[in-house]
Amino acid sequence: MAAEQGIDPIHQFRVEPIIPIHIGGVDVSFTNSALFMLIIVGLASLLMVFGTSRNALVPSRLQSAAEMGYEFVASTIKTAAGTEGMRFFPFVFSIFIFVLFSNLLGLVPYAFTVTSQIVVTFALAILVIGTVIGYGVYRHGAHFLHLFVPSGVSPLLLPFIVLIEVISFVSRPISLSVRLFANMLAGHITLKVFGAFVASLLGAGAFAVIAPLPLAMTVILTGFELLVAVLQAYVFAILTCVYLNDAIHPGH
Amino acid sequence: MATTEHEGTEVSGAPHEASFPPFDPATFSSTLVWLVLTFALLYVVMSKVGLPRVASILKHRAEQIRGDLAAAFKSREEANQAAAAYDKTLAEAKASSQALAQETRARVKQEQDAKRVVIEAELNAKLQTAEAQIAERKASAMASVGEIAGEAAAAIVTHITGKPADPAAIAAAIAQAKV
Repeated sequence: MAAEQGIDPIHQFRVEPIIPIHIGGVDVSFTNSALFMLIIVGLASLLMVFGTSRNALVPSRLQSAAEMGYEFVASTIKTAAGTEGMRFFPFVFSIFIFVLFSNLLGLVPYAFTVTSQIVVTFALAILVIGTVIGYGVYRHGAHFLHLFVPSGVSPLLLPFIVLIEVISFVSRPISLSVRLFANMLAGHITLKVFGAFVASLLGAGAFAVIAPLPLAMTVILTGFELLVAVLQAYVFAILTCVYLNDAIHPGH
Repeated sequence: MATTEHEGTEVSGAPHEASFPPFDPATFSSTLVWLVLTFALLYVVMSKVGLPRVASILKHRAEQIRGDLAAAFKSREEANQAAAAYDKTLAEAKASSQALAQETRARVKQEQDAKRVVIEAELNAKLQTAEAQIAERKASAMASVGEIAGEAAAAIVTHITGKPADPAAIAAAIAQAKV
């Protein structure tokens, strides 16, 4: 029964160095996490660069997928942030495709899920919020602060409203990063626990007959996780658009 | 750093590292550095190569479709014009053919009328000649009738009386009977 203890649902999230590198006392080792980030970039480039290389009027499957991704993200930005938001199109598209490929790739057995690292999702969220603040201040200057002061509120309530707006703005990077991270983490732990349960039952003599039950559960959960993977990438992208809309039109 | 003792699945549960891996600050620096590198690479590849290419494909296709549609509309317009021209030509041809038929009919009728007049005139002339001949024959026949009647009367008188009849009396009697 050694295997039963050995199946550790947390092990899959461990970042292991493949090529240890240290520069100036800082650990920049090439890890499995970095490897999968490179794979994500490689797959995304394969889709968007190789897939469109034939420039066909009638698209191949790969080119069709690339076009669908393009038009999907473009329409998301246009509905959430207007046509002015299209200046952030490469940014939003990169985030969407990075998160999507990371989530989907994570469902491949033995693959590492980059977005299951809070530091990754938080860095992406900070990048989004940083872009929002940077562009908002660059574009509107002090007027950007009107984001926290909705018009048409009675002066009595205004301090509270401003306080609430500030809190909601500050909590955005946290909610944005934790939502994605927690979804990925919980999904993968659940999958692993059910998978491990199958293995344990198979090694437990007569109990092996009920092993198909958790196996079926794993199959169902895998389908569900596929949905979550795509949905969370979409949610991340559309929230990015909504926040960018605040930077473009801060006056509500 | 993570140790190699965790390799494989046959790891005893005891020597877990204290921290939950996603929250392990020891891995943050390397993850962040590689995230920045890979995401920057992704952004550059997407914004410089991938997305402009898709944009140009979509633009090209939209232009192609617009051009094709415009050409189709133009062709349809041309077809409509050709149909209208055809209808016009057909109507003209119909009208001219009807005029020609009318004209021909009138001409033929005129010719026939002329011929008929000529033929009728000829026939009338023949008729008159024939009538004249009939009258002449009748007159000559009637003249002969007198002679025959005279001879017959003379013969009858001779047969009955046994002596020759007086020609003058016979002629007077015939002339009287004839009237």
